[in-house]
Amino acid sequence: MSTAASFHDHLYILRNLVAKDFKVRYRNMSLGILWSLVNPLVMMGVLSFVFTVLFPSLERRHYPLFVLLGLVPYNFFSLSWLAGTGSVAANANLIKRVPFWRELLPVSVVLGNVLHYVIQMVLLLVAVFWFVGFNLQWVWIPGIIALQVVFVCGLSLLTSSLDVYHRDVRYVVESATLVMFWLCPVFYGVDQIQEDLVWIYTLNPISAVIYLLRQICLRALPPPATTMLKLAGVSLGTLFVGAWVYRRLKKDFADYL
Amino acid sequence: MKAIDLQQVSKRFLIHKTREFAVRRLGRKSSHTVEPFWALRDVSIQVESGEKVALIGGNGAGKSTLLGIVAGVITETSGKVFRNGRIGALLELGTGFHPDLTGRENIHLNASLLGFRRTDVERELDSIVDFAELKEFVDEPVRTYSSGMMARLGFSVAIHVDPDILIMDEVLAVGDRGFQAKCQEKISDLTGRGKTLLFVSHQMPAVLAMCPRTVWLDKGRVRMDGPSQKVVTAYEAAVTSLPGKTPLKAR
Repeated sequence: MSTAASFHDHLYILRNLVAKDFKVRYRNMSLGILWSLVNPLVMMGVLSFVFTVLFPSLERRHYPLFVLLGLVPYNFFSLSWLAGTGSVAANANLIKRVPFWRELLPVSVVLGNVLHYVIQMVLLLVAVFWFVGFNLQWVWIPGIIALQVVFVCGLSLLTSSLDVYHRDVRYVVESATLVMFWLCPVFYGVDQIQEDLVWIYTLNPISAVIYLLRQICLRALPPPATTMLKLAGVSLGTLFVGAWVYRRLKKDFADYL
Repeated sequence: MKAIDLQQVSKRFLIHKTREFAVRRLGRKSSHTVEPFWALRDVSIQVESGEKVALIGGNGAGKSTLLGIVAGVITETSGKVFRNGRIGALLELGTGFHPDLTGRENIHLNASLLGFRRTDVERELDSIVDFAELKEFVDEPVRTYSSGMMARLGFSVAIHVDPDILIMDEVLAVGDRGFQAKCQEKISDLTGRGKTLLFVSHQMPAVLAMCPRTVWLDKGRVRMDGPSQKVVTAYEAAVTSLPGKTPLKAR
């Protein structure tokens, strides 16, 4: 394996892999990357219509923004995790023919999705700025998103390597993302949950990210240290476990693809 | 200095005999059996730096597995593998090109996976395209290429990443005569500069022309290892004497 390759070589490969997914995804499309903007814009429009005209929320101000601050991080999580899970099997031709640092495959897929996430987040923050306003706590946002990316990378390393041996894994992941959608505070808030269950909620990095983003954007409150620590701990722990499993399983990838 | 040193390398593949669904197995005695298949057994081969070695043998002899192990794509089950230097491997055809990407984009991706830096790729790009004779097609998606064009591009990338060890699996089987001759010339140019070649082929004339040494693999074991002329003669004698495997000429 190319263990002698330097950090810069890996970075260049990573860039090329991300670019590959990008080009493949947007080939033969007239709008290309603009789709990344169109989708969230349409979603924002529909959500605003439903929750300001059809079902105006009385107790919560800025309910459309509240929902979007849950939906955008959640969509990144579910899309990139799913794509990451299938990334090794989908690149069987590379695995079987070219020796390179295999960890780059799921990571590149997740990072490719980060680009869309960032675009959507920027768009959302423009809306937040417009309706709610800016506050200094915003400086935490990149760090929170970075921890979420670490978490999804860890999960993807784990499931993509397992998926090589049991292709059922991708369906398990698919179901998990459906279940998680309702277990994460997308349409409701952590403040609506029984108090003795909140600590479990904030152990889930996705719930924690949503909670923190809302605290910062809608209430201008600094992120609570315990939630930040839990987010960092679980994310790094997941990365560690995922990388460890991946490392053990990657040796025989070529035999099963 | 040894470029490649294989010490008692074995490779076992697990063959899942009945890929039955787990649901159907519930409550029944499992009929799911896993059978080991030894693609390589105790293979020891030492290749000196600058040597040109051919691997021959029938289908299923373990040639491609061996190349995969040397290239670092397949992990050996037991034994030790040492390699010295950068490897340029051309395993099977296509070398992992993505059909929807253009030739140029695939060159960038592939060369980087093979250990090339960005500046290297940009410097060598024209030369890669020229050698593959794909100048007017380089910005077309690879799916529009013929198999010959694809093989030419794969070969061209593999030799331009400046490998110390060149690993080639049946690459000369495609491409027209002119390109084959060009490949052979390029390979001898590389090996003349001290690069090592490990080469699988079923074409004995190519083996004899390019490699002074040949290893004959038979059912995962080294059957013979020595001067090409001797090994090829023995191999052809063995193949023709097999019942039911008479070559067309003799019929």
